[in-house]
Amino acid sequence: MTATIPAAPSRPRLMKGNEAMADAAIEAGCDAYFGYPITPQAELLERMARRMPELGRVFVQAESEIGAINMGLGAAATGAKVLVSTSSPGMSLMAEAMSYMAGSELPILLINVMRGGPGLGSIGPSQSDYFQATKGHGHGDYRVPVLAPASIAEAVALVADGFEIAARYRTPVILLADGIMGQAMEPVVPEYRTPIWDTKGWELTGAAGRAPRVVRSLHLFPEELERHNIQLQAKYAAIAERETRWAGEELDDAEIVIVAYGTAARVARTAIERARAGGLRAGLFRPISLWPFPSRALAAVAANARAMVVVELSAGQMVEDVRLAVDRTPVFFHGRTGGMVPTPREVVDRLRIAWALTGARA
Amino acid sequence: MEHATILSGFGGQGLLFAGQVLAHAAMLEDRHVSWLPSYGPEMRGGTASCTVIVSDLPIGSPVVDVADVVIALNPPSLARFERLLRPGGLLVVNDSLIEAEPSRRDIEVLRIPCSALAREVGDERAISIIALGGAVGRGQLVDPESVRRSLTEGAKGGEAAVSRNLRAFTLGLERAAAVSV
Repeated sequence: MTATIPAAPSRPRLMKGNEAMADAAIEAGCDAYFGYPITPQAELLERMARRMPELGRVFVQAESEIGAINMGLGAAATGAKVLVSTSSPGMSLMAEAMSYMAGSELPILLINVMRGGPGLGSIGPSQSDYFQATKGHGHGDYRVPVLAPASIAEAVALVADGFEIAARYRTPVILLADGIMGQAMEPVVPEYRTPIWDTKGWELTGAAGRAPRVVRSLHLFPEELERHNIQLQAKYAAIAERETRWAGEELDDAEIVIVAYGTAARVARTAIERARAGGLRAGLFRPISLWPFPSRALAAVAANARAMVVVELSAGQMVEDVRLAVDRTPVFFHGRTGGMVPTPREVVDRLRIAWALTGARA
Repeated sequence: MEHATILSGFGGQGLLFAGQVLAHAAMLEDRHVSWLPSYGPEMRGGTASCTVIVSDLPIGSPVVDVADVVIALNPPSLARFERLLRPGGLLVVNDSLIEAEPSRRDIEVLRIPCSALAREVGDERAISIIALGGAVGRGQLVDPESVRRSLTEGAKGGEAAVSRNLRAFTLGLERAAAVSV
């Protein structure tokens, strides 16, 4: 599946990423929000604090991120449409509950507006939580769909999509943004949609007049837990089959392909413009779902490319998935860390190096 | 065509607001736009900045390594952002606070006594709107009428604030027209 960044909208509003995501969640019918303030996602929580009570919905600023995510777990078990948001250090605190929700098969949307790490790190923009988001936060055999917007308009659309995927597969979903996506303002046409949200009778609403239901991650008998795991794996296979998303720009004649998501993809776009002005035909492959990773589509694109250049706001995390996906095409990397952002000039330099070190595709 | 403007100065000089006004004005012209604030560990009285990109095509990096216009309202901002200007780019300097001469010789420099003019307007925070007037008057970023519409439509603080801002913007525009560079 491909998508392109929307054209200049007709009746847009200038919206800050964090506030736009909050509004998108509200318009998607979010029943309850739980969070704890942390830069650079604080405006998301602030907007929910103002608007959710006005609408008679639940807003709780918890005592910590651990409290917030576990309140989210509890609310999700009742079938509520729950949003929790945080930034990197808070995400680490939420890891245990993510595992419990995956095990209990609870739908929830979790937004991580990434900042520099490790540790308390910096408040600058970063993509250094890619491993955490895509490979696992907590313990156990589980996966979580991860969606990564590259514009504020796309972030708005992915909030509704995220809720829908969460409910359809009874799974936590992560929307992985970064400090720039949270802090920047861009025009957004507020065209919201209500996601399909069908809890299909597993939700806990009180057992008066019916048999009790059980939502839990504890299965003490190994045979039973293995059956549960097999069913989870079948679900992840279905997600991988149906929910893979990516976008391409200027790929048709591209000899060198940049692979980047989120803000890095935006930097890549500027670099591609400059490279093409200098006669170097570059294009962009932009994963939108980081898990499931669009490996097959990437492999097809790589087969026609002379080289791939992965650009990240990290020391190199997604680049591992790119190397796994492509066959023999050389893969180069450029990244900045700690809250620093790669410049278009640096990326163009890396494209030139990749060009110089590789041969034309036969 | 893509234009990147960096507005920089002390926190509290209204430059994040002025950047939003510019971004909003460009949006009213149906152009692509991005506004990105510095949100690092700034403190009251420290430096703050924002970057506004206006383009006819979808915008790439919201972080720029080359700027077409730099508005510097205090000395640290001049020191930090002058080097990002492209050759031939426009530097708007707050003459009231910056005594130093810009080091570059390949750029256009517009000196405006923004702080003094802001006192004339009666609002210290009008500094950034005055400087924006200078940049718009000289740099052809957007139609001045779009900025006036933006100031009027997006107004917070009532009619008095709107008329102060409109006056501040006009003062900046006039300076851009009057001063020979």
